[in-house]
Amino acid sequence: MTGYADLLLLAVLVLDLYVVYTSRLAGCVRASALQGAALALLPVVHYLESPSADLVHVLVMAASALALKAIVIPHLLMRALRDANVRRDVEPFVSLHLSVLLAGVLIGLSFWLATVLALPASGHTHLFVPTAFATFLIGFLVLVSRRKAITQVIGYLLIENGAYVFGQSLAAQMPFVVELGLLLDLLVGVIVMGIVILQINREFDHMDVDQLNLLKG
Amino acid sequence: MTALMLHLALLLAMPPLLLGIITRTKAWFAGRKGPPLWQPYLDLWKLLHKGAVYSRTTTWIFRAGPIVTLAAVLTAGLLTPLGAAAAPFGFSGDVILFAYLLALGRFFTMAAALDTGSSFEGMGASREAAFSALAEPALFLALAIVCIPAGSVSFAEAWASPWQTWGPAHPALPAAAVTLFAVLLAENSRIPVDDPTTHLELTMIHEVMVLDHGGPDFAFVLYGSAIKLFLFASLLVHMVFPIPPAGGALGATVFVAGAAAVAVLVGIVESVTARIRLLRVPQLLVGASVIAALGLAVILYRGIP
Repeated sequence: MTGYADLLLLAVLVLDLYVVYTSRLAGCVRASALQGAALALLPVVHYLESPSADLVHVLVMAASALALKAIVIPHLLMRALRDANVRRDVEPFVSLHLSVLLAGVLIGLSFWLATVLALPASGHTHLFVPTAFATFLIGFLVLVSRRKAITQVIGYLLIENGAYVFGQSLAAQMPFVVELGLLLDLLVGVIVMGIVILQINREFDHMDVDQLNLLKG
Repeated sequence: MTALMLHLALLLAMPPLLLGIITRTKAWFAGRKGPPLWQPYLDLWKLLHKGAVYSRTTTWIFRAGPIVTLAAVLTAGLLTPLGAAAAPFGFSGDVILFAYLLALGRFFTMAAALDTGSSFEGMGASREAAFSALAEPALFLALAIVCIPAGSVSFAEAWASPWQTWGPAHPALPAAAVTLFAVLLAENSRIPVDDPTTHLELTMIHEVMVLDHGGPDFAFVLYGSAIKLFLFASLLVHMVFPIPPAGGALGATVFVAGAAAVAVLVGIVESVTARIRLLRVPQLLVGASVIAALGLAVILYRGIP
């Protein structure tokens, strides 16, 4: 049982890339759901490889991540997508080719960052730290380079996923409560944003955040 | 000597079989019975017995195109191991020669297409040039993933079973395999990139370039592209299946089964996906390159095993 955590982390990275690669909103949501499932498996696999944390802690973390990240939030987003009844493509500010290239550059940057930063995480044997940075940075990329409100929710999700992966690398040190607090925060955030999206959409017949800066009081 | 004979037998005899397997898989998915597996051999036999017609606007380049292409891919086939043993020729840098022999073949196919003076074939050549330029970094990054840990740019050493040095769960391995598969689909004009069966003008890349070839020339083109597919499949098999170095009969068996599995996989991909728009092809290839670069970053990060 060595290396399977890294395989999962590689899957997480590839799903990050898929989020910036795909031109469909539903594809983005599905990719983030799959990523949630991979992240839910991660603490279990990590535990099997090196049992450092408490098993109950690990199982609760996995179950809550699976329920929230892989089921509840994607479900909410899919419903928002269906109800908002918008055009189903992503409409990025930068072209999709360029997004993928930028994501590749960000991944390279995060591998470099992971080697130069002095972190308490477990050396260079695992990909936790670079994956966390990459997911985080790609989350920012999605936030700034996409036009629709729903993709911004997905960018926010990616950022949280990055924080989660980083938390995994410190599983022994990180208090359980912090992780649960993060998940709760995320859920509330997504619900609020889902409502906001629906409201924007109902009010203006679109959810293009680029046009929101034209609103003046 | 027997290893050499086995290598040549595999290289010369197996490629059309892969085409047969792909066609058969697609037929099975469509609920048809499909032509027999050896149909491509019959097609080649038939074409070889036909005469050729040459347009008056063409020059020797048009006639040389298919021959040089076939020669280039056959030479490339002598450099890559095919399961049984090391390749007949192996030296430091043969990985690079392999890639550029395929590029030489492609260059002559494109030159022959331009030589016909048909704007239609010129369009195909232009597309082929654009996409192969994007496929090249993906191919080299994927090959770098096996070459860097081996510390050698020779197939014989790089391919000495990456599984045994890395273990099956090394994350760079699937990254390289996925990239190689994407390059295989793009370079051999399979479905998500190009449709090898259609003759509709706007969708074609490879087929459009060989429209004017007939008879034995077209047989060379078909055989050459079958060998090219086989060579890419052989790279993929060596990367994914644990073939021991100098595997002899056992290695050859694993290799043949693996190559057939790759052909089935190509058939499945062709059956379940639609051809992507021409504008999206560069995105696919850039994505493949980025995934390979990711695998490379993993290797450099974790240290060379």
